[in-house]
Amino acid sequence: MDLFEIRDILNATVLCGEEYLDREVRSACASDFMSDVLAYVKDQALLLTGMVNPQVVRTAEMMDMKCIIFVRGKMPGEDILELAREREIVVMRSEMRMFIACGLLYSRGLAGE
Amino acid sequence: MGDLKLNYEVDGGDLIQAGEASSKMKMTLKKLGLPPEVIRRASICMYEGEINMVIHADGGQVEVDVGMDTITIRLTDHGPGIPDVDQAMEEGFSTAGDVARDLGFGAGMGLPNMKRCSDDMQIDTQVGVGTTVTMKIHIN
Repeated sequence: MDLFEIRDILNATVLCGEEYLDREVRSACASDFMSDVLAYVKDQALLLTGMVNPQVVRTAEMMDMKCIIFVRGKMPGEDILELAREREIVVMRSEMRMFIACGLLYSRGLAGE
Repeated sequence: MGDLKLNYEVDGGDLIQAGEASSKMKMTLKKLGLPPEVIRRASICMYEGEINMVIHADGGQVEVDVGMDTITIRLTDHGPGIPDVDQAMEEGFSTAGDVARDLGFGAGMGLPNMKRCSDDMQIDTQVGVGTTVTMKIHIN
């Protein structure tokens, strides 16, 4: 599934990395706890979170993730977007709640593992 | 050819901005063309350690030694030390405060994750003096 499709499924707004939406992702993880992302995630290239701070981008960077989606309408600040731009990580936001966003992506074929 | 040595200062003041040293190390390892899985494991080890340093010890120093076979990451701080290392190694045990938790850390997963992602980890600590964590990641 590419990031164009994910954007459309979640009715999301792309905040940075528009030029990388053709990236393919095969699995995702969802957490507000960066400790758990660092400890449990393996090859999931997509992170859904309601946590908004620069450490979300740092965590995604360390885990080689390609895209962060802020759910529940959370709006990251310019400092967060700047960090993501430097690291070529796509950032989107969606008004959907975490459970709904995950459920939609899962039902359309995106795996958790 | 000798080992490549990298040195970083970790500023203790600002947890929101922490991770800069890990980010720089990761970029250097990428430029060296090391296997992505090795880079990721080294990056997780260092990032967890860097976050720990900022949460618990007001920063410190990191030395990274990239050899032919092994990456060695040594984090040294002059913080309060760890009174009970076995307890600190238990998943879920944490003494991190609200600031760390508000940022998504402090789950008590840092040290166990560092041990899991490295091939060897040693903790030298003395209460009131500081802590040195040394991790080795084999390249092949």
